[in-house]
Amino acid sequence: MRIVFKTSYLQDIRPWKHGYQLSLYLILLALALAAPLLLDDFYLGELTNVLIWAIAGMGLMVLTGHTGQASLGHAAFLALGCYANIILLEQGLPFLLAFPLAGLITGILGVIIAIPALRMHGIYLAIATLALSVLMDDIIVLSEPLTGGVAGKFAPPVSVLGIEIDRWGTPRAFYWLVFAVTVIVTLGYINLLRSPLGRSFIAVRDSEVSAQAMGVHIARTKAMSFFLSCAITGLAGALMGLFAGAFNNETFSVVISILLLMMIVIGGLGSIHGAFLGAVVIGFLPQFLSISKEWVGALIGGNTVAIPGLETGVFGLILIVFVLFEPMGIYGRWLKIRTWFELFPFYRRDMFKRQKSYLKTERLR
Amino acid sequence: MSLLTLENVTLRFGGLTAVDALSFAVEPGEVFAIVGPNGAGKSTVFNLISRFYDPVSGAIHLESEDLLAHKASDVANLGIARTFQNIELFEHATVLQNLLVGRHRHRRSTMLSELLFLPSVRRAEIENREKVEEIIDFLDLQPYRDKMIAGLPYGVRKVVEVARALATDPRLLLLDEPASGLSVEETSDMRWWIEDIRRQMGITVLMVEHDMGLVSGVSDRVLAMADGAKLALGTPSEVQSHPAVIEAYLGRAS
Repeated sequence: MRIVFKTSYLQDIRPWKHGYQLSLYLILLALALAAPLLLDDFYLGELTNVLIWAIAGMGLMVLTGHTGQASLGHAAFLALGCYANIILLEQGLPFLLAFPLAGLITGILGVIIAIPALRMHGIYLAIATLALSVLMDDIIVLSEPLTGGVAGKFAPPVSVLGIEIDRWGTPRAFYWLVFAVTVIVTLGYINLLRSPLGRSFIAVRDSEVSAQAMGVHIARTKAMSFFLSCAITGLAGALMGLFAGAFNNETFSVVISILLLMMIVIGGLGSIHGAFLGAVVIGFLPQFLSISKEWVGALIGGNTVAIPGLETGVFGLILIVFVLFEPMGIYGRWLKIRTWFELFPFYRRDMFKRQKSYLKTERLR
Repeated sequence: MSLLTLENVTLRFGGLTAVDALSFAVEPGEVFAIVGPNGAGKSTVFNLISRFYDPVSGAIHLESEDLLAHKASDVANLGIARTFQNIELFEHATVLQNLLVGRHRHRRSTMLSELLFLPSVRRAEIENREKVEEIIDFLDLQPYRDKMIAGLPYGVRKVVEVARALATDPRLLLLDEPASGLSVEETSDMRWWIEDIRRQMGITVLMVEHDMGLVSGVSDRVLAMADGAKLALGTPSEVQSHPAVIEAYLGRAS
């Protein structure tokens, strides 16, 4: 059992609770930084993919996990970020300018799209954003002069400070680029959560009525959440485009939207950890399945068989299992395990049980 | 000058007149209670002051400021804080975070400075924290500081709501049934706190309450309502012995 003795408010304000925790994260950071030296190109590519998904997950987490606005349309913002980045690059802008601009453009478009959505709640918002995701496909096809339509576009090679960055040519450089973006976004997210704006997001999520009574402007707060969420998602989309190399109207389909939402639910809603854990599951599961399929095939002496829909089936199964048994996601489960060890032998089963909420007869909507 | 004035305020929900030409004034520094049977429109009056509802007619003023010209999210900025009858806390946040949301109206930083967590944001955070700690000390919430609301007992939640309202640094505090669902000891704690809020912090308190013991214990003046209209206004004992009030609660003697 660890007891942290607090002598200054800064101990609560800084992102880590105690030195042990800080050192764990520093080791993780060092390992991630050294990954290109430890892994071969295939696994490095997979890791890059996971990090890109984690950025996208953080984007959706701001909106859904922390502001409570479910979105089934975030693939549309991935697409926006991806196309904005490539089109700006094609105009001759350097990557270091085009990339943040792509995020900014996606964020601003996100807010414009969000304005009519601000009055919607829960399932209605999910349906509206789902429609957006479906529409995006057609919008890309219709605006062919800009987007290349069905034929799609190819990502040009980019360079940062004279270093060429290419998914296939220089996978290490590409990994470090993605890693740098991941670290910057994560740090910004941590800062958000410990400042007034992040708290007002949580306030809007948990009770709009009392958030309003505390002086939080609901529509403006939601708009800011949409801006940050879409901007981060746009950055992830830009990286996704570079990672894929080629993309068209079908790359960012509704399925990606659903996958993204599933990812943060499995990882754990309402935490940065959840975005990363979910990304690990979503990113590695396809590889894991194909490897284990080969392994099973070799074991029973037959050739590997193609099972159509296996991946989506397993994803669906995992989601059902989580919703039924661990609605708090992987991170929620981890917190329970950690508490069990920290409090051993005093852990009680009911410790994380949610209390029944009281009458909400006076919900003012 | 009265702190809060309601003049001929009327609110209708379709055919139902929830508040009927109600007028009263709350003087600075007093504890003012509203009593009345269920459905009398007491909480509706609170929701009118919080600007959740727009009255059909009438005027609401905070000193000389026209409240009706402000949006619901600006009411806190004018110095009015409130609690809710059915507890509206931020369930999946800690007590500390809940109280810090109460400091939201004092936010001066921009989104960009917060994302970078500039030194100015850090300073403001420490300042907020100091204010919040004063309130935690005042209401004895130290054991619950880092606990999630979702796991707290009802009585504590009730106190956290009062604490969150106090964290906004209000001039006028609206308490919607502060003692409902509390045990006898918790109610008497609440009574001392309300007195201290008025005396030590100099905050005017307007409350809706059914517990006549609490009402007559702390309030200077009591307004009795029935069917959205004023029945009686005066000291607690005056109101309790007023024939119209007795009739509203007990019915007419035949």
